[in-house]
Amino acid sequence: MADGLSDASDLSGGEESQEDVMTPAELIAKLEEAWLNEKFSPELLENKSELVECVMEQLTHMEENLQRVRKGDMKASVHRMEIDRIRFVLSSYLRSRLQKIERFFPHVLEKEKSRADGDPSFLSPEEFAFAKEYLANTEVYLRNVALKHMPPNLQSIDMLKAVPEPCLDSFVFLRVKERQENILVEPETDEQREYVVDLDEGSQHLMRYRTIAPLVSSGAVQLI
Amino acid sequence: MFCEKAVELIRELHRMGDGQLPAFNEDSIRQVLEEMKALYEQNQSDVNEAKTEGKSELIPTIKFRHSCLLRNQRCISAYLYDRLLRIRALRWEYGSVLPTTIRFHMCAEEMEWFNQYKKSLATYMRSIGGEEGLDITQDMKPPKSLYIEVRCLKDHGEFEIDDGTVILLKKNSQHFLPRWKCEQLIRQGVLEHVIS
Repeated sequence: MADGLSDASDLSGGEESQEDVMTPAELIAKLEEAWLNEKFSPELLENKSELVECVMEQLTHMEENLQRVRKGDMKASVHRMEIDRIRFVLSSYLRSRLQKIERFFPHVLEKEKSRADGDPSFLSPEEFAFAKEYLANTEVYLRNVALKHMPPNLQSIDMLKAVPEPCLDSFVFLRVKERQENILVEPETDEQREYVVDLDEGSQHLMRYRTIAPLVSSGAVQLI
Repeated sequence: MFCEKAVELIRELHRMGDGQLPAFNEDSIRQVLEEMKALYEQNQSDVNEAKTEGKSELIPTIKFRHSCLLRNQRCISAYLYDRLLRIRALRWEYGSVLPTTIRFHMCAEEMEWFNQYKKSLATYMRSIGGEEGLDITQDMKPPKSLYIEVRCLKDHGEFEIDDGTVILLKKNSQHFLPRWKCEQLIRQGVLEHVIS
């Protein structure tokens, strides 16, 4: 697909650049990485609004250029496929995020509220608005259908306790992009003790998400 | 025994696998709420008696009734929340307009929740990427081919595709159409993907 895209950059006549100049191929590679990470991670990852915006711009460019191509030209259907594929990956990525936001909504909102000003945001402003509306909508519903008819001391539910948290101890497959040394692994059974592993570049592992969570956000490992 | 009706509600949902939405069981919910009212009032009077006459032997009963109240609250909340999850899935499956058979199974407040959810989702999708947005309820499967063979399952009238051609979707007619245009109609059951 990278080949098709470098062809597309002929059509698109140059790419959008924000701070770094990224070729369309690099942009799409980054999108696919973010997509896979989000798909396989049990918790919501950092939001990548810039990436989403760039991909949308890229798609718009490609669509515009497609309009100019002669109808029935073979290249047109290949580029059409490419646009559809990129759009699928982007949609799937955003869907993954939305599903996690809905599933863990009280925890997601709590995390966003309690983060320090300098820390990266997990939710885009639009996702944050969506999450707040989801919480309000659900609370209003539960109150009107049942809670307000209950005895006075039972008319509220603590959402943080009622809605399950993401399971950070689930196992994930990963591929190492940057060599890591001295990763502390927790014991699985009572007989084991905690031990330390080195992760070699290019190697693949199956580990608890919790152990390698910081490596996912830093980009040192890729979930697969 | 207390809480039986509440547990029955849970069992009812558990029986209907596959995300189906059974009719809203208003009767059972009302009965559970009445049981909760009765338990609470009994507890109120017992608590008063225990306080004024020092009858501390009432305390285990009070605690027991309180546990039942909590269990009822939990069961009802679980029943209602699980239904919301099923209703949410309907938006992704059927689109913005739900089939009438399903709507009959929803109470007014669930309909209201669904409408609010639709609105939130639409606002969010419109905001993606900063221009016209992106309909992420489309493109649910990776694209395998550009055009697909579809058969029309019911009369749907005229249908326009990108290059301006208008197709008449009559029952049993077959067409070779762009895949991305057909997705939603396939999910709604208007078209059927013919895999030769």
